[in-house]
Amino acid sequence: MVEKTFTITDPAGMHARPASALVGSLTKFQSDITMEFKDKKVNLKSILGVMSLGVPSGSQVQIAADGADEAEAMETIERVLKEQGISNE
Amino acid sequence: MNRISGIAASNGIAIAKAFRLEHPELTVDKKNVADTQAEIERFQQAVNESIAELEVIKKRTAEEISDKEAAIFGAHLLVLEDPELIGPITDKINTDSVNAEFALHETSTMFVDMFEAMDNEYMKERAADVRDVTKRVLAHLLGVKIQNPSMITDEVVVIAEDLTPSDTVQLNPKYIKGFITDIGGRTSHSAILARTLEIPAVVGAKSAMSSIDNGTIVIIDGLEGEVLLDPDEATLAEYKEKQQAFAGQKAEWAKLKNEATVTKDGVAVELGANIGTPKDLVGVLDNGGEAIGLYRTEFLYMGRDEFPTEQEQTDAYAEVLQGMDGKPTVVRTLDIGGDKELSYLKLPKELNPFLGLRAIRLCLEMPDMFRTQLRALLRASVHGNLKIMFPMIATLDEFREAKALLMEEKAKLEAEGIPVSDQIEVGIMVEIPSTAVMADTFAKEVDFFSIGTNDLIQYAMAADRMNESVSYLYQPYNPAILRLVKTVIDASHKEGKWTGMCGEMAGDEIAIPILLGLGLDEFSMSASSILKARSQLSRLSKADMEGHIEHILGLSTSQEVEDYVKNL
Repeated sequence: MVEKTFTITDPAGMHARPASALVGSLTKFQSDITMEFKDKKVNLKSILGVMSLGVPSGSQVQIAADGADEAEAMETIERVLKEQGISNE
Repeated sequence: MNRISGIAASNGIAIAKAFRLEHPELTVDKKNVADTQAEIERFQQAVNESIAELEVIKKRTAEEISDKEAAIFGAHLLVLEDPELIGPITDKINTDSVNAEFALHETSTMFVDMFEAMDNEYMKERAADVRDVTKRVLAHLLGVKIQNPSMITDEVVVIAEDLTPSDTVQLNPKYIKGFITDIGGRTSHSAILARTLEIPAVVGAKSAMSSIDNGTIVIIDGLEGEVLLDPDEATLAEYKEKQQAFAGQKAEWAKLKNEATVTKDGVAVELGANIGTPKDLVGVLDNGGEAIGLYRTEFLYMGRDEFPTEQEQTDAYAEVLQGMDGKPTVVRTLDIGGDKELSYLKLPKELNPFLGLRAIRLCLEMPDMFRTQLRALLRASVHGNLKIMFPMIATLDEFREAKALLMEEKAKLEAEGIPVSDQIEVGIMVEIPSTAVMADTFAKEVDFFSIGTNDLIQYAMAADRMNESVSYLYQPYNPAILRLVKTVIDASHKEGKWTGMCGEMAGDEIAIPILLGLGLDEFSMSASSILKARSQLSRLSKADMEGHIEHILGLSTSQEVEDYVKNL
């Protein structure tokens, strides 16, 4: 399993457009991918799950990928977060 | 001919035949199924059909409207592929042996409730998305056809109970000439979109769906919030004329956006806007505002748990000053207390809040809070053309005390090596009759006056503006008010100072000619009134209006003034 913490820097927090881009880029992976915020963990392949967290700007989230293609999945996550300007770490 | 009244949501006149956008009532019954595997397949089939349909709508919206509007369907597609939605539904069919409709309804309701419970307007809108997607799948399961507005290829006026997000983004202004909905208000999603698309709309019409048939000729008057059904020839002709006049007017106003405000006889006056937050800047610039005549800073203090810091305030003021790019920007210091409360500022309840501890009175009572704001204003001053204005000044002593605090903070900042502009004008709001009467004395010490008419009228007429039973006393054209205004303007000019006005009255069609004749230098109003006022002023002659002032001020009642100006 690979795990990483990200800080959400977009002033609007994790809103629909970047969340859609992130979720949309992950459906092809086999690994289980989760995002945790304030003790609540959701499936990162679920747009409703991600939106339900209501992650505000400046907060930290833990993202974990577990499975055969976990390394590749994490790379994609880092790239999309950066591209979408929601996290620069 | 029938007439329906609603809320004017978007300007303009539309005349076209009605197209009823019906959202069929989709009722869900719970049924037990024996073959759960077949039921899951039936569900999957409905999802696939919905996906195919959404792909088509998405493509069409991108081509006909914009990629941005098409993005909402991308989000809908993701919802349909969401394992956290689809998984629980198939599980439910399997374990509870229930029909797909029921499993879908139960599961999506859970998400809708969750989003609606969130304390955030943005998240509440996501509930509408989930509902929208669910409806589409449900319609496929039930074999009911859903109308898609993007398929309309005729000029129509759309009539609906309400418009879902997916309806509104499909409204192509090429065919959709306007819309009427039974529910909604001026700030609802559909009303805002209508204004963006610049198509007329009436919302909250209540009985449109129950009284308008497909194909009926409908007139939407988005200026008045009126809907006329089956108009006769005369009415039709009248509204076609009104429609043309509106289009002509809009074109004329748009041309004035980058023009200076000059009267027919070549006198320049300044048209400014009243704003509450830096976000309002866009509207000011879009409407060709030449100044900000009133920046109400209290919004910075509202909707939070503690006072805004000096830095937060500096940033907000600097943003506005930079955005105005050197144009005059009048910032009013905190006007709180009385009826405007702050949760973190525990003030005792007052019997007469409008006559109590508010605005400058409160600021002088709490100098630390006031000094923070003054420091922030001074620090921001290097970013533009700042003018500072104190509200609710009743005596010269109050002005002197407030200005002394400002000068103290300025000296402190300079000693700290922080740059402060040397060009800051310091003025007062004139909203208390005593100050209007004593304007000649004030004019020797202040740099400018800004007349706050809403309060000036309330105090001069002794009529609580929140009390509807005495609302007839809100009389901006009453000669008593006009004489006070004249006293203030004359006093400022005698000392080489200027006078502005930042109440509702400054943008009023009847008041504008009088104020021009009285010599008002700056008119500040809501941004959307600026172009209209500029157009009106370009048709007025200041010299002519000056000639009418003596007569107007000699009239006896508000009604007489109104009638006289209307007949000029």
